[in-house]
Parts: sequence; C-alpha cells; structure tokens
Amino acid sequence: MTKLTFIAFDGATFEVEAENGSTVMENAIRNGVPGIEAECGGACACATCHVYVDEEWTDVVGQPEAMEEDMLDFAYEVQPNSRLSCQIRVRDELDGLVVRVPERQA
Amino acid sequence: MTQATKTDVLIVGAGPVGLFAVFELGLLDLKCHLIDILDRPGGQCAELYPEKPIYDIPAWPVISGQGLVDRLMEQISPFDPQFTFNRIVAGLERLPDGGFRVTTDEGEAFEAKVVVIAAGGGSFQPKRPPIPGIEAYEGKSVFYAVRRMEEFRGENLLIVGGGDSALDWTLNLQPVARRLTLVHRRPEFRAAPDSVNKMLALKEAGKIDFQVGQVRALSGENGMLKSAMVKGPDDEVEIACTRLLPFFGLTMKLGPVAEWGINLNENLIPVDTEKFETSEPGIFAIGDINHYPGKLKLILSGFHEAALMAQAAKRIVHPNEKVVFQYTTSSTSLQKKLGVVG
Ligand SMILES: Cc1cc2nc3c(=O)[nH]c(=O)nc-3n(C[C@H](O)[C@H](O)[C@H](O)COP(=O)(O)OP(=O)(O)OC[C@H]3O[C@@H](n4cnc5c(N)ncnc54)[C@H](O)[C@@H]3O)c2cc1C
Repeated sequence: MTKLTFIAFDGATFEVEAENGSTVMENAIRNGVPGIEAECGGACACATCHVYVDEEWTDVVGQPEAMEEDMLDFAYEVQPNSRLSCQIRVRDELDGLVVRVPERQA
Repeated sequence: MTQATKTDVLIVGAGPVGLFAVFELGLLDLKCHLIDILDRPGGQCAELYPEKPIYDIPAWPVISGQGLVDRLMEQISPFDPQFTFNRIVAGLERLPDGGFRVTTDEGEAFEAKVVVIAAGGGSFQPKRPPIPGIEAYEGKSVFYAVRRMEEFRGENLLIVGGGDSALDWTLNLQPVARRLTLVHRRPEFRAAPDSVNKMLALKEAGKIDFQVGQVRALSGENGMLKSAMVKGPDDEVEIACTRLLPFFGLTMKLGPVAEWGINLNENLIPVDTEKFETSEPGIFAIGDINHYPGKLKLILSGFHEAALMAQAAKRIVHPNEKVVFQYTTSSTSLQKKLGVVG
C-alpha cells in the first residue's frame, strides 16, 4: 500500500492508503475528497480531476503527456505543477505523495 | 407560424442511442428526423472521445468512438433518416390531435406523432471560462460562437484557446478585426498543424499578436469590455480589447428538456422498463438521459431501450397494424426494408 495525501482547497487533509496500479483520481473519489469531480470517469476526456502536485514531488511524478496537456487547456488556474489525477498511477515511488485540490474544476 | 416539417418520430439528440433508434423504428416502417446542437452525429462518442477505444460493444472486441458512429450511420442509412444539426430543441408541446410540435432555437418547427428524447447528458454547450465576472459581458462583448463575422469588423478582438475553433476564428477574423490577439496558456496547440502554421505566419508578418498566458480578469463597464488582464509565465499584461471570444470546448447541460412538462428526477427522466415512456404518453426517453431501477449508462443498454421503445412507438403511429415479431436474418420483409433483397 502506498500513502497519498490530498489537501482540499479549504485545507482539510485526507490521508489514504492506495493500491499500486490504481489512479490518484480513483483514490480521491473513493475517499470522498471534495473538489475532484472526474466527470469522464478517468478517460482523460475532461479536466475535472485537476490537482497540483506538491513541489517536492513533481520530478518523481513526472510531466503530463501530450493528450493530458491538451486537456489541461480546459482546467482552471493551470500551473507548472498541474496534473490530471486520473493520469497519475500509484506506484511504490509515490509513497508519501502530496497533492492539492484547486479552488474549482473548470 | 412557420410551415412544420412532418415526420413519424422526432428524435432529440443524435448520439449513439438516438442513431440506433432509427434502425429499430425503421424496421417497423417509422420515419425519423433527428435534431442535435452539435454539427455532426455521434453525441459523446464523437465529441468527447472519437479516438478512444470502446471494449464493451457486443461483437466488437474494440472499436473507437468515431468508428462506432460511422458504423451506426452506415447501418441506419437504408432508412434515410433526416438530420437537423446546429440546433437546440427548445420547445415541445402536445397538439390537439395527440401528436407533438417541436421547435428549435432558430424557429424551425416539426410535427411528429411520437417524440423520443435521446438527449444523453444534455445538450453540448460552450464552456464558460473561469474568469471572474465574465457573465456581465456575455452577449454584449463576450461571445462563445461567431454567427456573423461582420459583427466583429473594426473591433479589437481577443481570442482565447488552443484548439481548432480558436485557431480557425483567428484566421477568419483577422482580416475584419482592427487588431487581433490570440491568447493560449502554452506555445503548443491542439489545433490542426496547418492552421497553427498559418497563424504563426500571420504573427511573423505582424498581422496578429500572440500571447502565452491565461486570462485572469476583465475590465470594462455596462457589459462593454475595455481590457483583459493576462497572466503569462513571467508577468501580467493588460491587453486592450473590445470583444472577447473564449473557446474552451463544450460541456453538457440539461438545457430546455427541463421545461417540457415531463417529470424529472435529478436531471434524469424516469421511465418504465417495458416501453421506456416518460410521464407523458407518446414521449419516450432512451439512453443516458433516462432513469429506472438498475439503469446503467452504457451504449449497450441504450440500444436495448431503443428496441423496446420502437414497439410501443409503432402502436401509437400505426394503431391498427399488427406488429409481428421477426428476425432480420430470416424475414424477407425486413430484408427488403434494409435493401439487401430485391
Ligand atoms: C470518455 C467516455 C468514455 C466512455 N466509454 C464508454 C464505454 O466504453 N462503453 C459504453 O457503453 N459507454 C461509454 N461511455 C458512455 C457513452 O458514451 C454514453 O452512454 C452514450 O454516449 C450515451 O448515448 P446517448 O445517445 O444516450 O447520449 P449522448 O451521446 O450524450 O448524445 C446526446 C446528444 O443529444 C444532444 N442534445 C441533448 N439535448 C438536446 C437539445 N435540447 N437539443 C439538441 N440536441 C440535444 C446532445 O448535443 C448530444 O449530441 C463513455 C463516455 C465517456 C464520456
């Protein structure tokens, strides 16, 4: 199990145990993290699971692929550490990952 | 009153389920007319995921969203369905004779004996970009579509986005605008490479400006825009503009369906599972828009609903004909309708 921490926009913190191979988005939904909508169900076809990856983790998590970059065009307040959480797969190296939820999804 | 187009069945929405309904209704000799706000058939499959694979269409181990739509169009072509695109179905009322009158946002009218609502997640409408206070400018100096290019003549135009709509309108409106600035959050574009090259050539020639960044704030008064604040990678710039055209893609909104006097439950239309009829006799709802115990929002389920709905629709349109159950494999009369036997 890999530990993930979500910080909602109001500062509420959610620490969850995630299974490797699942997506960060799926863990947010399962644990009721507010502010993650995931309208399209994880197909990289909307931009409503947008998160900011904690600066300490951006290198480990990596950069979005072209399709994800295209979808990020529709997100609100995109920053260099923006990712769509449905496109981040949980793996051992992400143990301890911290992501923040933006003020709103598009 | 405009002359109404007459048809047996009027289908609201040309998504996969509306399209397959044409097939099931066609086998029962019912003619269909479909209306969709999009400019082409296919609903979510065509608009949201044309290139993504679908793995749960029976007998298609894998097929893309657009591939499915193309196959459905081929399958229903023997029934010669009529389409009206780029129109939202705005009004639906019952006529004294029991049929229905359906009107679009552009004032066209249709008369049908049966109405099938296959409106999916609602009608696709432009996404409002997350700029505080933008509502106050909408329809006056902020527009989500270009109906007539002349309305932009001599204006200082700001176009926002990186897809085909943003790039196409940049190219088309550049000659009429006084000055045109394109804003996109990054230097790469989703739009067709050919349009991007043409846009870059205009920029090189000094005919348009291109700014990397995201629009953060608008200023102006009484709905008339004066400038926009754009936050770039390093700093903020203020761009003078009199018109703003944001192109941030489409989202689904329930829209006018809520005003047709049909019972709704959390934006879905409750139906029975024998006929998929709504609270209003003669109005059916199939696909993602309906709800019943055990409902799954799957294309497969929508197809099943279409088949059962068609039986009930037939009894309304041709009350005196007996419906005999037949297989397409063995019935020569069905095969004649499909045009596969003489
Ligand atoms: C990313 C993604 C992946 C998916 N993957 C699968 C999958 O693998 N398998 C599966 O079975 N399903 C999948 N789905 C779900 C599937 O796409 C839907 O179940 C299906 O599209 C529903 O079809 P529909 O015809 O009911 O509605 P839609 O496809 O939503 O089409 C409805 C149409 O009606 C139009 N409309 C609505 N109201 C009006 C109005 N008032 N006037 C004019 N037009 C109107 C809309 O513009 C739209 O074009 C997926 C969905 C998404 C988003």
